[in-house]
Amino acid sequence: MISRRKFLKNTVKGIAGAALPIAAIEFIDPKKIFAEKPDAKTRWVFVVNTYKCVGCGFCVKACKTENQVPYDAKVTRTWVERYVVLKNGQVFADSPMGARDGFTTSKIALGENKFKDINPKDIDKAFFVPKLCNQCANPPCVQVCPVGATFQLPDGVVLVDRTWCIGCGYCIMACPYGVRFFHPVYHTAEKCTFCYHRITKGMKTACVGACPFGARMIGNIKDPNDPVTKIIMTERVAILKEEYGTKPQVYYIGLDREVK
Amino acid sequence: MLVHGQIWTIKQLFVYPNEYIYWGIQIVMYPLMTGLVAGAFVLSSLYHVFGVKKLKDIARFSLVFSFALLFIAPVPLLLHLQHPWRGINVFMTPHFTSAIAAFGIVFSAYGAIVASELWFIYRKFFADTALPLKEKADKSLGEWIKFLIFCTLTLGAYDVSEEALKKDEKAIKILSGIGIPVACFLHGYAGFIFGSVKANALWMTPLMPVIFIMSAIVSGIALCIFTYIIAMELRKWAAARKKPASRAYPQSQEEMKSAEMSVIKMTTKYLLYFLLFAISLEFLDMVFRGYTAVKSWDVIRSVIYGRDFTNIFILQYGLGNFLPLVLLLMPRLSLKRTVVATVLVLFGVFMMRYNVVIGGQAFSLSFAGYMEYHIPVIPHNWDTFKEGVFGAVAVGIAPFPLFWLFNKIFPVFDFEESH
Repeated sequence: MISRRKFLKNTVKGIAGAALPIAAIEFIDPKKIFAEKPDAKTRWVFVVNTYKCVGCGFCVKACKTENQVPYDAKVTRTWVERYVVLKNGQVFADSPMGARDGFTTSKIALGENKFKDINPKDIDKAFFVPKLCNQCANPPCVQVCPVGATFQLPDGVVLVDRTWCIGCGYCIMACPYGVRFFHPVYHTAEKCTFCYHRITKGMKTACVGACPFGARMIGNIKDPNDPVTKIIMTERVAILKEEYGTKPQVYYIGLDREVK
Repeated sequence: MLVHGQIWTIKQLFVYPNEYIYWGIQIVMYPLMTGLVAGAFVLSSLYHVFGVKKLKDIARFSLVFSFALLFIAPVPLLLHLQHPWRGINVFMTPHFTSAIAAFGIVFSAYGAIVASELWFIYRKFFADTALPLKEKADKSLGEWIKFLIFCTLTLGAYDVSEEALKKDEKAIKILSGIGIPVACFLHGYAGFIFGSVKANALWMTPLMPVIFIMSAIVSGIALCIFTYIIAMELRKWAAARKKPASRAYPQSQEEMKSAEMSVIKMTTKYLLYFLLFAISLEFLDMVFRGYTAVKSWDVIRSVIYGRDFTNIFILQYGLGNFLPLVLLLMPRLSLKRTVVATVLVLFGVFMMRYNVVIGGQAFSLSFAGYMEYHIPVIPHNWDTFKEGVFGAVAVGIAPFPLFWLFNKIFPVFDFEESH
């Protein structure tokens, strides 16, 4: 017969013994290990200079080809939006085919094959805004994935594991920027990866390489000598939809208040 | 090349290129079916936990029905997945910051509770069926199968003494008590899946889980009343065809009718309470949105009062809530009127789910464009089949044959309960 005293003693010992290995598991937290590696000296960020964008769509073309998103599918990892603000305060915006072929007409697409012809005299201002995944510091898409198929790397880039994604679409719903979609071939969640396969080999992203005007730049914000870091630190930059608390890491120069 | 969702989405004005109605009709069916599961269970608990004696008949009925519905509830989710065979990944690598990841756990916990409660209720019946067959020497093949099924179901517990049955009763009460919060959690958490999507201006409200629970209970009770009446009518019809005193149908038609009416009157009362509470919450939500009028209000207003006006105010509130409310409140409630009212209530809850799921995707994340949903009617590929009218109707009908099947093992009528 075990005494109460002995029982309590053994219980305490048992708990202490069990806690030890648990502490060991916490010790080898992969995030900490990553943080200690020199690799963690990288945090990829993007700068878009909207003043330089002319809406040619070369970036979209390059992205589709590079990342094998079917060329004619009406989804794209990056796209360019056109905004036209009229003198009467009305705002029109469109992005036909994600601006894959550029903006070849001054008519604004209204959906359902309808177009709006605007008299140039009525226009106050007009501009282009390229969009891509914001690689948020607080990504809601990663939070909601039920199986952990989408994840954030220590260098900030959010990726999708095509072999594990169940295709529930929750991440697509959770992204306030509408950058995610189902890949028409793989039927898994798909998004811009900052061309991770390129940037990790020292190359620029496909869209940065294709932009003839230098409107797009990618850099490492942890490197103080990176030109992109310098822009973010010294110039007036803005981010998209700050109110969602996602902490987006694509910075815009010349972002207008009308940009959705 | 068609993208998923493109076939049933029509975009108007400025919509981001990748936006489509990704969550279609099956995601409307998912909260509808889970809601019915939870609602049916709450109805049965009114008797088992709170001892509302008049609900005894419908309590057993709705518990078995809840169990049948439980098996159908995950089907719409599976049908909507782009990779259904990977659905098991949710159990293998659950990512707990996601509301969906807990689905497996909540769902299994609830299933275990309902299954064990059913077992305690039907234990005596299993034993009573299995024991005579055990002693019978020359069993036919049918009897062998029956014996094996019920023998297994008893799990070796053949003790049907007064004392043992008392213990069963206690277990039923406890299980049903635990079951209520779990059932509410099962569905409240379906509401949380929507309510926590901060990107969606229409979904994001902490009221969502509570609204979902209330409308779930409403729909569950309505479906149980409806099915109960249909089942009783079938029994009456069968009783009329056979000899009045036949063994299978011991009650006469008149007895059945009066018993049925008193149960239904009592149940509709509960239906009304929950319906009123659900409507109040939904109105609170709408008033609050209009009053606070944050950035998204302009586009939400144009959806609620413009594009979806018919769906929301005429079909959901008018036909689905107000009309049945009047029908049930008018004096001298008849069976036919109850049937009409419950069908309307069910339709109203369906429309509520529809207006939340599809309505939430009716406007673009840009707040400057709209998306219109056109449900595929005639399927021409697997996608339009499973996420079209066929898939939705299949999911809606499936619980009934399953309920009929379960009724063979857990007979809901003509059975002396252990307590």
